[in-house]
Order: sequence, then structure tokens, then C-alpha cells
Amino acid sequence: MTKETYAPGTHPSLPPPKNTVGVIYWLKENLFSSATNSIVTLVSIYLLYLALPSAINWLFIDATYVGTTRKDCAPGGACLAFIVERFNLFVYGFYPAELRWRVNLATLLLVVAGAAVLWDKIPARKQMLKFAMVYPFIGAWLLTGGFGLEPVSTHLFGGLMLTLIIGVTGIVFSLPLGILLALGRQSDLPIIKYFCVGFIEFIRGVPLITLLFVASTMLSYFLPPGTTFDLLMRVLIMVTLFASAYMAEVIRGGLQALPKGQLEAAESLGLNYGQAMRFIILPQALKISIPGIVNTFIGLYKDSTLVIVIGLLDPLGIGRASVADSAWLGLSTEVYLFVAVFFFISCFGMARYSLYLENKLNTGHKR
Amino acid sequence: MSTPTSNTNPLLRAWYDKETRSIIVQIIAAALILAFFSFIINNAVVNLSNIGKDINFSFLWDDASYDINQHLIEYSSTSSHFRAMIVGLINTLLVAVAGIVLATILGFLLGVMRLSSNWLTQKIAYVYIEYMRNVPVLLHILLLHGLIITSLPRPKGSYNFGDTFFLNNRGFQMPSPEFQSLFWVVSGSVVGGLAFAWWFSRHAQKVQDTTGKAYPVALINIAAIVLLPLVVYFILGSPIEWDVPALKGFNFKGGMVIRPEFIALWLALSLYTAAFIGEIVRAGIVAIDHGQTEAAQALGISNSRVLNLVVIPQALRVIIPPLTSQYLNLAKNSSLALAIGYMDVVATIGGISLNQTGREMECMLIVMGIYLAISLIISSGMNWYNNRMQLVER
Repeated sequence: MTKETYAPGTHPSLPPPKNTVGVIYWLKENLFSSATNSIVTLVSIYLLYLALPSAINWLFIDATYVGTTRKDCAPGGACLAFIVERFNLFVYGFYPAELRWRVNLATLLLVVAGAAVLWDKIPARKQMLKFAMVYPFIGAWLLTGGFGLEPVSTHLFGGLMLTLIIGVTGIVFSLPLGILLALGRQSDLPIIKYFCVGFIEFIRGVPLITLLFVASTMLSYFLPPGTTFDLLMRVLIMVTLFASAYMAEVIRGGLQALPKGQLEAAESLGLNYGQAMRFIILPQALKISIPGIVNTFIGLYKDSTLVIVIGLLDPLGIGRASVADSAWLGLSTEVYLFVAVFFFISCFGMARYSLYLENKLNTGHKR
Repeated sequence: MSTPTSNTNPLLRAWYDKETRSIIVQIIAAALILAFFSFIINNAVVNLSNIGKDINFSFLWDDASYDINQHLIEYSSTSSHFRAMIVGLINTLLVAVAGIVLATILGFLLGVMRLSSNWLTQKIAYVYIEYMRNVPVLLHILLLHGLIITSLPRPKGSYNFGDTFFLNNRGFQMPSPEFQSLFWVVSGSVVGGLAFAWWFSRHAQKVQDTTGKAYPVALINIAAIVLLPLVVYFILGSPIEWDVPALKGFNFKGGMVIRPEFIALWLALSLYTAAFIGEIVRAGIVAIDHGQTEAAQALGISNSRVLNLVVIPQALRVIIPPLTSQYLNLAKNSSLALAIGYMDVVATIGGISLNQTGREMECMLIVMGIYLAISLIISSGMNWYNNRMQLVER
């Protein structure tokens, strides 16, 4: 072996030791590092082997995509023909077919408004945000009609569209309401404080479906005689109130995590209560609460499925109704899995966005 | 901005005074709240009298005249609405408690799996948790119920476990015990075993604190609780007769059955909540400073005891508060039983009784009151446990 000499600092990097790189090393380190680990790995692989191939076969390879009744579907495979045939029902509910462009347009505008709110590098963000502020009214106008558009009754709303309506409305209105409730709960004024505490604890103590029952059957008792209003509207109000109570608790956690010095410093600078909250307290408290806020959003979005118990037809409701269709009996698994995929994509997306936001707003104070 | 002293108008001066202002704001708030409540209560009174209804709970003692397919206490269609409510409440509590137990076990398992050094286990737990968390629980319930109904065989082709247990789409059939006269001795020995275990663990702790001598507490206690009743049971000549289910015609006769609605609801609630508990447990264990483990290892404590004596007691402090809200969620989510026809408290008093008597106001008040009470009991119980586990600071 020849002996080479190098001037200090010029020696080329040596390759890493053979036994610390490559597939074998990775396997050894992560799957077979000890006897127990190896056994666990082998058992896991065996279980996956039992479950995965048959599931993939059922869902993709043996599945039937085209057909008009259950009999067209091959036995032993998933019957996706049903979902293909009823796809529009799952998306639009019973919204009139010739007016569906309005739903599409509203969704497109929702994406634009959502992008403006969620993505801060969008061009002309100021104007876009103004658009996002008025979007709820535009969206409501497009969907329900009136003012020159043919009116559509909210009874016909359904499917993914209904889930989006409930989810977006709840998200948009529960955050400000939750902030107010959280501030009320922290307030020095006993009457306001105990009212907020009572409201929050009551809402958090009962299941959402009892509130929805109240909205659907009993709310007319509490209104002046003769007044009625739309069932969807009542549901939206209840879902928003429900989510705002949970939101209030999440934000209270953020408020309590701030050191008292922040408020004292703001007051000593001569800021009044409103200014101190707007410029000092809330920006910090909301930043800490982001994971909780997004979790509440996800919970609200998932809870929107509960409207099926009072007869509204969201995708799950449509799925449940169509499972009973005599031409397509016994398809519950396929239908529910399809709806599950939709919910998974939206909720997982929200969770990922929350992580992104947390990292972006992390100013290095995190311990 | 003007300063308070520069104002001569007494009304403005009063507004700038913090004390006075807070009183004014509160009076306005109280007036608004009172006005709101008197408005809706007045509306309710007017509306109810318009249709000739009153608020009256005496309907609770009328005959319910409907059947409940799962009742743990005596119930028939001639029982009262009140009894139907109790049956429903017991069913709610049954599924909630069973769900909490299974969810906790699975959740701790998932939490540990998420932290496993084994890549495959870790990923399996991750995929499971993300799937479960991001899909509504109602969908899990309906999916599982559908799976049980459609994919399990009819009673004729039941899965047979040694001719005593049968699994089919009517549920899980199993033998039911019929207690003979001497059975109270066995129950007594269980109570005795529990009492002994309680006394012995306190005694062993005291001995260990004063002398450092450690007894095998877990082993002795298991023997007292399990072996003692077993021995008594066999000495008395097995004072339980088992009523074994058997296929008669199209269905099973005898024994008892765990109904598919219960299985679906119980599994769905537990599997769903377990995913959340798994993440909570993981966060709790991660929150423990690594120095704690290292210090314990440096003292020569074995790995399993490090986990039991150092990591878990500290992690529990972080875990318990969010765990409480998961338990509450599970109890409240059990009301989704309605969607698959499990007869819980919402389906009985808030469903069929409500529809039969037309007393929405009273029934919903009862249902909400029951859930508020359950929530209060769970959270105060967990608070008590939390206070016990908290770090005692000087």
C-alpha cells in the first residue's frame, strides 16, 4: 500500500464505513435491531400479508366500475358501479341538474377566497382578502338564488356540497364567536364571565345531536308565534354555537399561556382594553392555539355528518339512504369507504395546513 | 385622547372611571340576557298554551308500550316510560364504560407503537391513527355495523367456537350463567380477595417505605383476586349452571347475546377514541425529559422499571387532562347509537317515548340533564385522579 501524504485540510472525504450505509444497514437498524424487534417485524409483515393483498384485490382488481344494478357486479369484488352511477347525487344532493353550474361556480370562488386567506404569497392579496370577506354572501346568493337567479330551496341541498356549506359556515363564524366567548370567560365583569362560563359548559356537556334535535323540532317553540325559518339555517346556527364553545376553550388555553406581563405592559403604554387585545394579546394567544383551533375545525367538519339524524342528506346520509335501495342491496362497505375517502382527504389536508402554519409562525420562542 | 380629568361632563367622567364603567356594562349585559331569556320563555309559554300543551313530567309513569331489545334490568312493553329511560341510561353507560376501557388499552398500545424503534410498527400505528382521526365517528359506526350485518353469516352458518360461542349477523351468542343458591359464597370471596389486595398493597408499601423490603405485590394480589374465588368455586361444586345457546330453527335459543348494534357501536367508539388517546400518550411520553430516563438508567434500574417507576408516573400528569376530554367525547358520542338502532338513552326517552307522547320539551330536558350529569361525573372523577397524580410541591 502506497502511503500518500496530504497538506493539512486537503485530504478527500473518506467513504462512510461499509456497515453504516445501504439497505441492509437500514433494515438491520430499523426492523431487526433485536430479537423482540425481529419477531415484531415478522408478525407485522405476516398480518399485512393476510390483510393487504385481499383488500387490494377486492377494492381494485375484482371491482366492477360499470353497471346499473347489483347483479352487474362481479361477486367477490367491490361494487363501485353504484358510486359511479350515483356520483352526482353524492356531490350535489338533489340540487336541480340544470343549475349545478352555480354550485360549481360557488366552489371555484370558494377556492379563490380560501387561497387568499390561507396563502399569504398570493398576488394582490389585499383585494383578494376583500373578496374573501364578501364571499359568504356571494356564495349564499349563488346557492339559494333570488335577485335575478332562480331560487332553489335548501331542502334540495345535499351531498358533499352540504358538508362544505356546514363546514365553511361553521368555521367562518365559530372563530370570532369563540374569541368573544373566551374573552368573556376571562373578563373581570362577573355577570359576563358567568354567562359565558354557563354557555360554554352547557354546550360542552351535551351531545351535538341533542342540540340538533332542539333545532329541528323545538326551536319554533322559542320563537314568536307564527315565525319559522329554514331548517338548514337552524342547523347552521346550532353547529356554529356548538363549535364556538369548543373554540372558546381552545383560545382560553392560549390566553392563559401568555404571561401577565404582556397585558400589563400594554396597559402601561396607555392602550385601552380593545387595543391591548387586538394588537398585543390576541395575535400571540391565537398563534399558540393554532393546533387546537384547527383540531376544532376538523371536529366541526366531521360533526357535520350528524345532520343525517335530523334528515338532512350529506354524503353519509345519501350513502345510508342508498344502501337501502332494493336494486343495490348490501353495498354499505363500498359506499361508506367512498365517503370516508372524501373526509380523509379534507381533514388530513387541514391537519397538514396546520403544521405548515405552525412552522411558518414559529418565531423561535418555542421551547 | 382626552384625559378623564379634563372632562367636566359628569356622565363622561363616570364613563371614564373604570369601576363605574364596569358596573354600567354589567347592568346593560344583565338586562340584555334577562330580556333574551324572558323573551324565549314567554314565547314558549304562549306557543305551548296555543296548542294546549303544558310542561308536565307525569307521562313518565304511563305505559311505554314499546320493546327494547337489549335490557339489563327487567323490562317489558307494559313498563313505564321512566323504566324505559333507566334501561336506556344503563345501555348508554354500558357502552360508554366498555368503550372507555377498550379505548384506553388500545390507545396506550398505539402510543407506545408510535414511539417504537421498529420502523414498520411505527408506520402501521401512524397510518391507523391518521385514518381513524380524519374520518367521522358516525361513519365508522355505520361502516362497522354494515360490515357486521352483511359479511357475517346467518345463524345457520355461524362461526362455531366449541359449540358454546357462536358468531353470526344476529350478534355474538354465548352461555348465560344461572346462579345457584351457594353462589353468594363465591361473590363473597371475590369481595374478600379485593379487600385483602387493597390492604396488602398498602401494607407492602408501608413495609417498603420503612425497611426497603419489597414483596411481589402484583403476584400475591392476582392470586387473592383470581385464585381464591376459583378455589372456592370448585370446592362448592361449581354453583353456576351455564345456559348454552343452541340453534333451533332459524335462530338461537338460550344463552345470551351481544347484539350487533352494541358490537358495532362499542368497537367504533373505542377504535376511534383510541387513535386520539394514542397521540395523547405519545405526546405525554415525549414530554418527559430524556435526562429522567438516563438518570434512572445510571442508577442501574432495569428498563421495564424505568418505564414503570420513572417515565409513566410523570407522563400521566401530562396525559390525564386531555384524556379526560377524550372520555367525555366518547360518552357523548355514544349518543350516535341512534343511527344504528342501539337503544340508548337518546333512542328510548329522547326517541320513541318522545314520539309517542309528543312531549319534546320534557324529554329533551331529561336527555340533556342526563348527559350533563354524566359529563360532570366523569370530569370530577378524573379531576380527583389528576389531583392525586399531580406533583406535590412544597
